[in-house]
Amino acid sequence: MTRRPPIHGLLAEFNDLNEVIAAVKHAREAGYRHLDAYTPFPVEELAEAMGMHHNRLPLIVLLGGIIGACAGYGLQYWTAAMDYPIIVGGRPFHSWVSFIPITFECTVLFAALSAVLGMLALNGLPMPYHPVFNVPRFALATRERFFLCIEATDPLFDRDGTRRFLERMIPRAISEVEH
Amino acid sequence: MSESSQTHRVLPPVIKPGHTFQSVTDKISAVVLTRTPIGWFIGFGISFSLLMLFLVAVTYLVTKGIGIWGVNIPVGWGFDIVNFVWWIGIGHAGTLISAILLLLRQEWRTSINRFAEAMTLFAVACAGMFPILHLGRPWLFYWLFPYPNTMGVWPNFRSPLMWDVFAVSTYATVSLMFWFVGLIPDLATLRDRSPSRIGRAIYGILAMGWRGSASHWHRYETAYLLLAGLSTPLVVSVHTIVSFDFSVGVIPGWHATIFPPYFVAGAIYAGFAMVMTLAIPLRKFYGLEDFVTMRHLDNMARVMLATGLVVAYGYMMEAFTAWYSGSPYEEYMILNRFHGPYAPMYWALIFCNVFTPQFLWFARVRSNIAALFAISMVVNVGMWLERYIIIVTSLHRDFLPSSWGMYSGTIWDWSTFIGTMGLFLTLLFLFIRFLPMISIFEMRTLLPEAEVKEDLA
Repeated sequence: MTRRPPIHGLLAEFNDLNEVIAAVKHAREAGYRHLDAYTPFPVEELAEAMGMHHNRLPLIVLLGGIIGACAGYGLQYWTAAMDYPIIVGGRPFHSWVSFIPITFECTVLFAALSAVLGMLALNGLPMPYHPVFNVPRFALATRERFFLCIEATDPLFDRDGTRRFLERMIPRAISEVEH
Repeated sequence: MSESSQTHRVLPPVIKPGHTFQSVTDKISAVVLTRTPIGWFIGFGISFSLLMLFLVAVTYLVTKGIGIWGVNIPVGWGFDIVNFVWWIGIGHAGTLISAILLLLRQEWRTSINRFAEAMTLFAVACAGMFPILHLGRPWLFYWLFPYPNTMGVWPNFRSPLMWDVFAVSTYATVSLMFWFVGLIPDLATLRDRSPSRIGRAIYGILAMGWRGSASHWHRYETAYLLLAGLSTPLVVSVHTIVSFDFSVGVIPGWHATIFPPYFVAGAIYAGFAMVMTLAIPLRKFYGLEDFVTMRHLDNMARVMLATGLVVAYGYMMEAFTAWYSGSPYEEYMILNRFHGPYAPMYWALIFCNVFTPQFLWFARVRSNIAALFAISMVVNVGMWLERYIIIVTSLHRDFLPSSWGMYSGTIWDWSTFIGTMGLFLTLLFLFIRFLPMISIFEMRTLLPEAEVKEDLA
């Protein structure tokens, strides 16, 4: 028997959203953990089925906002009251009321930047190469189809056993994902 | 009872029934991926010519200086600030649709949010031109930012004009990010569907390897909601700060606490009028009536009516404040608006912004596309007149009659203004040609196929 090259995983294709959610639940119940589902739009129930409840993004955004607020206010305080104090309109050097709008804008700017960059970083994007794209039918994942990939790194993964396991869910197709 | 049964009309659907994931994807991406219609070239050609007019006006401005404009003492703020406020106000509807209506779970927003956001970006780009050009030496605009410099000085953070710099640049940045994040999944769709190599490469680079993974979507949704939550106070703050440019000053007619809410309502009013102005021809030309239905036009008309009433209240309060203040300068300012040299413009503004939208109370008008288009055009004009009246009538006759004067825009003021319309439309035509103007992935979530069965949830 010739030795087959290692693969990234097995990719099952489904027509219906409910089928893929059920498949994810079955796979999780069977003990699979290294799996990923691909859908053409966000599905809250799918994330729940995969056991994802929280992510770190809100904390990152909160920290970004706090840093933005401190940086914005600090910049104005330091420039207007310490580095180059100058009287404008008879107002105090530390005229904090006038500093609020820019502090607010900096808060929003830093928080929004952390939301976008944080989301991309946590998702590992930009990612120039990923094995699932080796399956030609995967192009339909951004149009109408739903995919479940059980990855070869999973301790329970067995090339033939996992394929038989996936076949029981009656997918439209099962493909091996090459590296 | 017979009356109430009449008002219980069946609302048109958000998407015409019968669509599937496939048909929605194909129909929207076809606009980008198939041959360019002749009409696009005609529209783009006209817009691009206007953009060239803008370049001519700017070149002449840079060569001669801002003396070619009509601004002079006492009216030092003319078309440049009128147009700045007008454009930035238009942008606000895009953020309102994409952020506030998302948080309020108004599903109908999905069909219009993408191009409304694009409209925001392009409107902010046009708005930004005016204060920068008004600097006289626009190439030194970066002096506005606090960077360590050899002059050893810092910007004056106590000035509303400085707040404006931060507000507008934050707004532009956040709007761009919001728009781009919304585009990522659709760029991936285009990457996978583009028939050309170059198309696949460019959309592929922009999509950054998006593959629709469940864990990615999970964080994506969090990021999108957080951005919506951040944009909501941001959009209110931007026009509030724009109104501070006026209300922090002591000029009669500007120094009023009604300004921030009145400006924000006016911005949304103007913005919805512009979304309507653009949506009506676009849905017709590209046959997108299935996605931008009468329901959308009806809802937008209602928002216009509501914000129009807030704006009307603002006009009333301006007059009331002037009278109640007991200040002869404030009183004169409002009488000057009613009877002075700019009175025809003031009454035209009242006609456009207060009288015309009242037709929107009638369901028959709200379901008549031609009437909606006409009303939205009238409101676009009216909102421009509003800013003109606020700026010019207050400045041209202030405290000292010996320094009174008159203002009118020169041919170069008009060229620059019309030129920015060329910039706006050129960018819009390019956007429609190269990017999906309706959010495909969000449209998929609205289809019946996207419903999850109870026992699985």
